[in-house]
Amino acid sequence: MKITKKLAKNLLQQMVLIRAFEEQADKSYIEGKVHGTIHVSIGQEASSVGSICTLNPDDYILSTHRGHGHSLAKGADPKLMMAELYGKEIGYCRGRGGSMHIADIAGGNLGANGVVGGGNPMAVGVGIALKMKKKSQVVICFFGDGAFANGAFHESMQLAVLFNIPVIFICENNQYAMSFPTGDSKTSEQLAESGDHYGMPGVAVDGNDVLAVRKTVQKAVHRARNGDGPSLVITNTYRRRAHSRSDRDTYRKKKEIEEWEKRDPINLFQKYVSEEGLLTSEEMDEIKQQAYSTIENSRKFADEAAEPALETIEDGVYA
Amino acid sequence: MTSREIRYLEAVREAMIQEMERDETVFLIGEDIGAYGGAFQVTHGMLDIFGPERILDTPITEMGIAGAAVGAALLGMRPIAEIMFMDFVTLASEQLVNQAAKLRFMFGGNASVPMVLRTPAGSGVGGSAQHSQSLENWFVHIPGLKVVMPSSPYDAKGLLIAAIRDNNPVVYVEHKLLYKTRGHVPEGPYTISLGSADVKREGRDLTIVATSIMVNRSLDAAEQLAGEGIELEVIDPRTLKPLDTETIIQSVKKTGRLLIVHEAARTGGFGGELSAEIAESEAFGYLDSPIVRLAGRDIPIPYNRNLERHAVPQVDDIIDIARDLVKVKI
Repeated sequence: MKITKKLAKNLLQQMVLIRAFEEQADKSYIEGKVHGTIHVSIGQEASSVGSICTLNPDDYILSTHRGHGHSLAKGADPKLMMAELYGKEIGYCRGRGGSMHIADIAGGNLGANGVVGGGNPMAVGVGIALKMKKKSQVVICFFGDGAFANGAFHESMQLAVLFNIPVIFICENNQYAMSFPTGDSKTSEQLAESGDHYGMPGVAVDGNDVLAVRKTVQKAVHRARNGDGPSLVITNTYRRRAHSRSDRDTYRKKKEIEEWEKRDPINLFQKYVSEEGLLTSEEMDEIKQQAYSTIENSRKFADEAAEPALETIEDGVYA
Repeated sequence: MTSREIRYLEAVREAMIQEMERDETVFLIGEDIGAYGGAFQVTHGMLDIFGPERILDTPITEMGIAGAAVGAALLGMRPIAEIMFMDFVTLASEQLVNQAAKLRFMFGGNASVPMVLRTPAGSGVGGSAQHSQSLENWFVHIPGLKVVMPSSPYDAKGLLIAAIRDNNPVVYVEHKLLYKTRGHVPEGPYTISLGSADVKREGRDLTIVATSIMVNRSLDAAEQLAGEGIELEVIDPRTLKPLDTETIIQSVKKTGRLLIVHEAARTGGFGGELSAEIAESEAFGYLDSPIVRLAGRDIPIPYNRNLERHAVPQVDDIIDIARDLVKVKI
């Protein structure tokens, strides 16, 4: 079924915004404006956008260290996100969290997590709370293929089924844990089979096809909202850049990266949208320009924003 | 409010029941806490009162239990997670230390995690090394957590109600040997502020600061030494973090001597922390003898009954050290 022009525009806007943000984040890091490290999600835009576009504004997400795309798709203000990366007081976390811990509780973003699998047990609790409060909201718990090996994944899957909670576990399989090649031992289809072992539906989908991701996640969201319990979705995707800024990326072959570039999620969607006559190339260029302009404004905003005051260093430890 | 004698484990249970009746956001999650009533029978009968919707029985999944508590707390619930033996808090630590303790700070103050993690610690039941530890000082060390260790039924109920109402993650450490001890407990709900120490016995010759079951043993020791004309002041901090240093400082200024007694192993235990706090305070100038710690030996808890007894301070050990300490003059 053909999508509307409005939806096409919306999905493209969101993906391009993420791309522009991530490219700028990398640039800012190289310029020394962002320190520590960052884990950009270039190449994974369709997985973020396709998943989160199925949610209502009052639904929840839990995100990962590679979570800038999730935050933006959930409606985060790129100015406040960039300010957080720059460690500024006005950032989402007052400069205390940084790239890996961006959260916007009021906006339903329960936070990116620096521990692999850290959000999975928490998602169980979020689901329990939603049921106890008799709410119809759902929660998407993002994690990567690297988390599959982790005990936290196992415990969360069991408890999610036991308590029949409204969670959608979305594993973004980008083929590598850090340098450990998941793809060598398990395909996305095989990872999806673990849903069965735990007692929930598990399905793999092409993570670079934003409409396929949307369709798959929508089913899982409806299931959760109807009170029918959790689901596992594996989005098969790829990160074009290294794991982090300190990753020498010696473990991937150039050929593999090039093969995946041919399946760039934004290019694929633009091609589809063009073929279906939904957007003209001028309209798509306009969308691109706007996104990059928004991000340039965010960069400027972050650069000019104030640092946290030293006197406030102990704020926020206790409620 | 009328009071009557009940057991420590009943006081813990009563705190939870009364809070759950008052506040529908409070719920329990843990292993065997439902129909089984809890490994130490603390939650006996609660499933019948509140049903499986609020008494969540789980498989053996400590990280899952702790994480579920964190997630629910983020959404404004007040979960009470039970970890069956404090030794297994190691498995829950990821969620307690990296998540619960840090989310509020990392999110710039825009979140809170109002959960309680209850767990029985301590030796003396032949549990051996993996079922007998006292790990409270690990959590005293983590910014963002509060740590409470009640020694009596009265304190247990008031502190637990306060912990449940506190908007921070609280580690609430019970002691297996205390569960059946009896004491006067008011029937209705009441709170004891976290961060308030209690002078359990007044005395002029020596200040003992003791935690958990060592409070009881110190009071026994004090009874016996009173017969020898030695008057011990016994202080129970009740909350290890935040610590009521002021009460302890005033006591040490009065007696001039400090003996710290805890079950946890000496090295890296709470005694070291407290010694430094007092040494850095105005009480330092009032000391007539060095600060002394009487603590568990630096060994895993042995199985053999006699060895197990001698692995941690007993009443006689407290008497011997206190008696010698009051004679020391520097």
